[in-house]
Amino acid sequence: MTKTITLDGKAIPFADGQTIMQAATAAGVYIPHLCHHPEFTPHGSCKLCTVNVNGRNCSACTFPAAEGQDVLNNTQELNADRQKITQMLFVEGNHFCPSCEKTGNCQLQAVAYHLNMLDDHFPLFYPHRQMDASHPDVLIDHNRCIFCTLCVRASQQHDGKNVFAISGRGINKHLIVNAESGLLKDTDLAVTDKATHICPTGAIISKRTAYQVPIGQRVYDHQDIDAVSLATEQAHGE
Amino acid sequence: MRHVIQELAAQHSYQATQLLAILRAVQGRYHYIPAAAIEQLAELLNIPRTHIIGVVEFYSFFHLQPQGEYELLISDSITDQMLGKAELMAYLSERLQVPVGGVHADGVVSLDNTSCTGLCDQGPAGLVNGRALTRLDKAKIDQIADLISQRKPVAEWPAELFVVSDNIQKTALLLSQTVAPGAALQVVFSRGKAATLAALEQSGLRGRGGAGFKTAMKWRFCAEEADAVRYVVCNADEGEPGTFKDRVLLNRYAEQVFEGMTVCAALIGASQGFLYLRGEYLFLYEPLQAVLARRRVAGLLGNAILGQDFSFDISICLGAGAYICGEESALIESLEGKMGVPRNRPPYPVTHGYLGKPTVVNNVETFLAAAHIALNGGEGFASIGTDKSKGTKILSISGDCRRPGIYEYPFGTSVQTILNDCGADDVLGVQVGGPSGTFISAQELHRLLAFEDLATGGSFIIFNTRRNLLDIVNNFTHFFAHESCGFCTPCRVGTSLLKKQLDKIVSGHGSAGDVVALEELCQLVKNQSHCGLGQTAANPILTTLERFPEVYQSQLKKISYEPGFDLDAALETARRMANRNDPAAHLAQIEAEHD
Repeated sequence: MTKTITLDGKAIPFADGQTIMQAATAAGVYIPHLCHHPEFTPHGSCKLCTVNVNGRNCSACTFPAAEGQDVLNNTQELNADRQKITQMLFVEGNHFCPSCEKTGNCQLQAVAYHLNMLDDHFPLFYPHRQMDASHPDVLIDHNRCIFCTLCVRASQQHDGKNVFAISGRGINKHLIVNAESGLLKDTDLAVTDKATHICPTGAIISKRTAYQVPIGQRVYDHQDIDAVSLATEQAHGE
Repeated sequence: MRHVIQELAAQHSYQATQLLAILRAVQGRYHYIPAAAIEQLAELLNIPRTHIIGVVEFYSFFHLQPQGEYELLISDSITDQMLGKAELMAYLSERLQVPVGGVHADGVVSLDNTSCTGLCDQGPAGLVNGRALTRLDKAKIDQIADLISQRKPVAEWPAELFVVSDNIQKTALLLSQTVAPGAALQVVFSRGKAATLAALEQSGLRGRGGAGFKTAMKWRFCAEEADAVRYVVCNADEGEPGTFKDRVLLNRYAEQVFEGMTVCAALIGASQGFLYLRGEYLFLYEPLQAVLARRRVAGLLGNAILGQDFSFDISICLGAGAYICGEESALIESLEGKMGVPRNRPPYPVTHGYLGKPTVVNNVETFLAAAHIALNGGEGFASIGTDKSKGTKILSISGDCRRPGIYEYPFGTSVQTILNDCGADDVLGVQVGGPSGTFISAQELHRLLAFEDLATGGSFIIFNTRRNLLDIVNNFTHFFAHESCGFCTPCRVGTSLLKKQLDKIVSGHGSAGDVVALEELCQLVKNQSHCGLGQTAANPILTTLERFPEVYQSQLKKISYEPGFDLDAALETARRMANRNDPAAHLAQIEAEHD
């Protein structure tokens, strides 16, 4: 007999070893997330995927599915918290969508739309952050980094390299690269690396590709992130 | 330098798990972690340089930029503040001619704040090159400034600057009858492991760090794991502001703490243990090593302990300034030579702990009690306390009282009894369990010390009615923002937002909606954060807002909305550039202020 969990009142199947996120994705249920990607070890840091399991908040991307779980996901309360967490990510960095070349392809922006985020709510931090344009093909704009570590994991787990890391503590967290000079050009990052293309925001972008797809014809210009996310992540066999 | 780094790495067997110890030595010698050292260590330890940079930037006591030959840190805990720290810091900064957070131009001295150093009963306290300074006053600061101007090495400074007193004020079950070295182990071997675990179960002992997990259950889970390699870890990263009992236990009762760890190792089948000692307690390191050496000689550590088929030894690992490492999974990460970031759970340390192996992590006091129970059985222990909280609790009492120090009480003792004993009157409230615990008001002094009422890791800070409540809350809220590891969004951003929002209200810029916004933010940080730090970071605000709403309300302006920034202050740069300061160069925050 198939094992099941209850997700928003509906029984969905899961296999041993699956997380709640994996079970939900396989069943066609979207749980908002930014730091999760089906190809890499889950990180559990963005906290957008927080679901309520038998009365307790847990990260769906790391928490194992188990029989007897009554999971709440798409509730007004959780979505309100998710919206606030997204607003936190916006005010912590410098995210100016209209002038960002990632607009329309940006998951942070798309999640914000999905959660009906209409303003920043919190005071903006306006941190002083640098750009690293030293690499011939890839650019880092630290203003847009949300510390999801997807580039760190993609470089380690897919590219077999170790280009990126997150350093610092608390609100001073920042992305660093593995070069004595501290510059991206002195790392072994290639434009073809998975790590170059995994960034959910516009923090790591390939040069000279910015407007090949015009604004208005981009991924999230016509589709909500829930549909895009399910379509791509189910393809990964979750 | 190449030679020094090479030697250091060799001394630590080129193990990446030893990174903190190696970096402590580099920082101690060069007063920063030079880039060349990072490059060399990356090679020698075979880890990416980014790993090392991450660790250096994570821990407060490591620096990428040169600090002074004399690294002076003054504790910014609320208890130090109450003892006049702010004035002393200003005086120190003036005497040494160095700004707080800066390094003197000649590179001789640097000065900064640090989180609670665990000397709240003898503050204002500080650290010089890692060594604890106590009972600072102007005379001592003059003395320190003179010593620095003479360039006298810290090792040659007068001993009276570094006197740390135990201040044991009240003893009960555990502190009045200590376990003779080896006595508990003898009983374990004669009575048998199963019977000892049963005694521990019968005692009802719960973890003394504050969370209160049943100790016998934790040990049993670990013992039942299939993996043969298991570890025992003693959490002596006592970082909760206002807590210092572990400092005293390790100074006076270390034999018994190590005995408790060894009992645990015997029961769960571990051959290696660690004492994770907070960096602030560097002064305990050598004495504790001496205790371990003594126990090895006595056959209580090492191979064939007491002639049995049982080998176990204990290493001491020093932290480097990070409150988060008191969280058990962050502590394990730190033991492994990494940033102290709490792990995702499950799996729990008891199945996947140090190096992924089953690990028991317990508080210093828990091991102390475990040794007592192993020797005396569980019955006596269980006969003391309340239904759900057995035995005694050791408190660190500081703040507004005549006799600060260490007090041991049976669980179920009322706050009023404790206040009478330590000589506290005119009480505004008590912070029970430190900033992450509860602020109780003078109307609640009948409440009891117990997991089912006031749970505490041992911090007990008393405030009298002359104290300003918002200063206290502000200090705690800034503390959490400083100590957040930054892993998860709600805590990383949320603790900084709490700080901003509270600052806005405290500085008199808050308006009607601001207290509501503050409370909403508190709930978000509490409900959504990854670990105990974030889940409790809003407690100082929440517990005082509940009890003293009028204190918050009285700070608010009588308008419906006040922007988060000061418009007129923002124009200051423009006024300076234009060299004008006439009325037209100023803007009122809101139109009404013109009237």
